[in-house]
Amino acid sequence: MRTDVSPNVLDELREIAGDSHVLTADEDLLTYGFDGTWYDQRPLAVVLPANTAEVSAIHKLATRERLAITPRALGSGLSGGAVPLSGSLILSIVRMNAILEIDETNHVAVVQPGVINADLQSAVEARGLFYPPDPSSYKQSAIGGNVAENAGGARCLKYGVTSNYVQALEIVLPDGAVFRTGGKMVKNVTGYDLRALFTGSEGTLGTITEITLRLIPKPKFSRTAMATFAKIDDAARTVTAVMAAGLIPTSIELLDNLTMQCLEEFSPAGLPLEADAILLFAVDGDHEAALDAESAEIERIARANGAGEIRVAHSQADSDRLWAARRVIAPALARKRPHRLGEDISIPRSAIPEMIARVRTIAARNNVIIPVFGHAGDGNLHPNILCDRRDAEEMKRVREAAREIFETAVDLGGTLSGEHGIGLLKKQFMEMDVGPEALRVMRAIKNALDPLGIMNPGKIFPDPGGVDAFTLPGVTS
Amino acid sequence: MSFTAPDIPPADVFNRCVRCGLCLPTCPTYVETLVETSGPRGRIALIKAVAEGRLNLTSPGFVHQMSECLDCRACEAVCPSGVEYGRLLEPARTQVQRATAARQPWHVRTLRWFLLDRVFSSMALLRFVATLLRLSQKLGLQSLARATGLLRVLHLEDSEKLAPRISDRFFVPRDQRWSAEGKRKATVFMHAGCVMHVAFANVDEATVRVLQKAGCDVVAPSGQGCCGAINIHAGEMERGRQLAKRNITAFEGSGADVYIINAAGCGSTLKEYGNLFEDDPEWAQRAAAFSAQVRDVTEWLDEVGISPDLGAIERTITYQDPCHLVHAQRIAGAPRRLLAKIPGLRLREMPESSLCCGSAGIYNLTQPEMAERLQKRKVANIMRVTPEIVVTANPGCAMQMAAGLREAGAEISIKHVVEMLDEAYAAYSPSIRLEPASASSSV
Ligand SMILES: Cc1cc2nc3c(=O)[nH]c(=O)nc-3n(C[C@H](O)[C@H](O)[C@H](O)COP(=O)(O)OP(=O)(O)OC[C@H]3O[C@@H](n4cnc5c(N)ncnc54)[C@H](O)[C@@H]3O)c2cc1C
Ligand code: SF4
Ligand code: SF4
Repeated sequence: MRTDVSPNVLDELREIAGDSHVLTADEDLLTYGFDGTWYDQRPLAVVLPANTAEVSAIHKLATRERLAITPRALGSGLSGGAVPLSGSLILSIVRMNAILEIDETNHVAVVQPGVINADLQSAVEARGLFYPPDPSSYKQSAIGGNVAENAGGARCLKYGVTSNYVQALEIVLPDGAVFRTGGKMVKNVTGYDLRALFTGSEGTLGTITEITLRLIPKPKFSRTAMATFAKIDDAARTVTAVMAAGLIPTSIELLDNLTMQCLEEFSPAGLPLEADAILLFAVDGDHEAALDAESAEIERIARANGAGEIRVAHSQADSDRLWAARRVIAPALARKRPHRLGEDISIPRSAIPEMIARVRTIAARNNVIIPVFGHAGDGNLHPNILCDRRDAEEMKRVREAAREIFETAVDLGGTLSGEHGIGLLKKQFMEMDVGPEALRVMRAIKNALDPLGIMNPGKIFPDPGGVDAFTLPGVTS
Repeated sequence: MSFTAPDIPPADVFNRCVRCGLCLPTCPTYVETLVETSGPRGRIALIKAVAEGRLNLTSPGFVHQMSECLDCRACEAVCPSGVEYGRLLEPARTQVQRATAARQPWHVRTLRWFLLDRVFSSMALLRFVATLLRLSQKLGLQSLARATGLLRVLHLEDSEKLAPRISDRFFVPRDQRWSAEGKRKATVFMHAGCVMHVAFANVDEATVRVLQKAGCDVVAPSGQGCCGAINIHAGEMERGRQLAKRNITAFEGSGADVYIINAAGCGSTLKEYGNLFEDDPEWAQRAAAFSAQVRDVTEWLDEVGISPDLGAIERTITYQDPCHLVHAQRIAGAPRRLLAKIPGLRLREMPESSLCCGSAGIYNLTQPEMAERLQKRKVANIMRVTPEIVVTANPGCAMQMAAGLREAGAEISIKHVVEMLDEAYAAYSPSIRLEPASASSSV
């Protein structure tokens, strides 16, 4: 792979995308060197194409020149996926941000990859439709990034994750060939499910240039309630009990005390700081009576499992305030310590109480602070190890705690990542999780589609001795 | 070249940025360019890079970004990590200004000196210049005025836009005192603003009347002057401090309950005097005490409650959130609640009501192209809800939107929240208006 880019190639890029859409200034290389993680690398250049034809031409050029490409959407990723390694070009798709069609008969939306999730949600909701996947980053992440990471969110407990909504994709393959898979039809089992393959591929197999998303009718009513717990174990047991009772709330989110403290500092939402943990419940549907019954049942189970106070949001504004707080947890943690290693483990629901207990032990043993929050109903938890990267001794303990958390998750029948992806952050733990055979299949697919290895190199696959979350130089102090 | 004392952007502020990107879609220059470098997260990374010696303070991209940023603080308002962006940008601009001043062309230097060191430092001089402008308008001598650059700052560039802009009188604070109507609830000292008091004397007058009706004794203390916002935003923090000291001295120890300001841009600066003197033990306390008493007029009226004697205004309006009210001071509900009290008034929210209109102090002068893009975007958003009046709470925004709307040929007037209240009171009982009794002109 090349590590530089010649003036001639830059001129060709400018011919493809237009002068002002190829950035090479120092300042630009600096600001495109990172995403939501703590790495700082430098791309060779940044190119912002306007359409599929331009993306294809860029891929062709990159193939000819053996240049690496790192696709990038809004750069909110939490696994380092959009961080350009080994001198990549950044291919930013944010200018491709049109909602091409909202088809109310077939219940699909056709969008370009740069459409921000929140914008799509409001556009379809204006027509009485609903796009459920709602990563907490819905205001700062694009559909392209969501598909590439197979993003989840609070509502995914009831409605499923991004891949459950991807009905068709247009993809530019590494060599520049453009192909489409899927369509507006609902059912489709013709051949391998290539949509599933590319959803969650983290930019390592090609660049996604158009997406057809399934929509559903917007539920008419929703309710939000908060239950407080003096012991986090009780909250964890409540989650498993509610699900075991056959209820399917829209969301069950867990926030522990440390998490609440950071949020209250950002903007007071009236969270009960005296509680060890809270659960946020949402239920939705078209029949108020059914929602009342469901809410009452949840309340009963929560009380039986040790809930203290239960507060029902009485207005839309109250409910919005709670969910808005939930969504800014990750960055709000910066109020406690300068850095954080955000984990994204996913475990069977039944293991939640055990997992939380073990995370607390791991925190104590390694003398680190680990607030826990997450999509508890799904068993998808985000233990965040708070730290200061400048303290080498502390980082050793952080690394140890991270490894123990991963091992515990796998041990309990879970996995490394529920929604953020592997990227750079977790690639050295891949084999431990998926095993050598699955890894071999994944490598075979990667090699078949991208024999030159130009698509987002250095991501997902472990490279012993290679860079990872701790060894990659990041200048973020 | 890195930053040098004084006024170094504080590391504990930029290190708080966890690069989550939540601020990007709120940033006017990002949504216009879709380039990370032109967004808050990028700018913070650049400031950090300069601080850490990885980027030169005078590198063209850095200088450009520190200028292209509007200082609208939309990013700051949404940041969950608590990055106080204004505390980074203002010193960073000051650093750039200091490092590049000698290299700026002479006319830029002269203009900056004239505007920042002279006109906005002396209210008497500002009034004198405004009088000249008014005269030159009448005599058709705009070119003279244009050459000074002041027309641009005041958004008065071409004669058509210019004509009705500057009010035909000034609101000069000279220790006047107006008594509360009805039961007295508080004594408020009023800051008359700089642009406001020459270009929008009518708004200052309306402010007095509405405050009186809200049960406030109103005093306009002499000795006050420009709040320093124009200077601080332009990278002249030291001059800003001098202006701040004058205001602090004019207001403190007065026994007033609160200090009222009706210009959002000035209000946010007045509320941040505390930050300005962080490193000055002698002034820090006084500045912080001063800031604690400052209230935007809408914030205060919402808090003390207004007289219900409001007549009906049968109009459709939209409300534009001034950046320095909604983002810097986090006030969005108060003006809307006040407007909602006026019978007959229909508020239609425009899209992106809190996205900067491109006014931003002397931004028209420094970044004319981006200023115009944002102005056009704002006008398009206003047109989408077809109001008869755009209501706002800051003179810069008012002028920027008025110019944009006129260019687009739209017959939409612009008013301050207090003007709407004042009109509603007049409609209820026209006999109680304060001198001079002018027909309330559109801003
Ligand atoms: C505060 C915060 C909260 C978050 N909450 C959640 C959450 O609840 N659930 C969740 O799942 N995630 C969450 N995330 C993580 C992140 O927002 C998601 O992974 C999101 O999907 C990334 O989208 P993006 O547009 O920012 O993509 P980027 O970060 O720009 O890119 C992500 C990956 O996708 C690839 N990519 C981007 N566009 C394309 C394309 N067009 N074609 C091919 N590959 C592409 C990139 O190469 C990279 O590997 C959160 C992040 C933050 C900062
Ligand atoms: S919202 Fe705050 S923490 Fe997030 S990128 Fe912007 S400034 Fe940084
Ligand atoms: S102050 Fe305004 S223009 Fe500047 S970075 Fe923040 S949001 Fe963007």
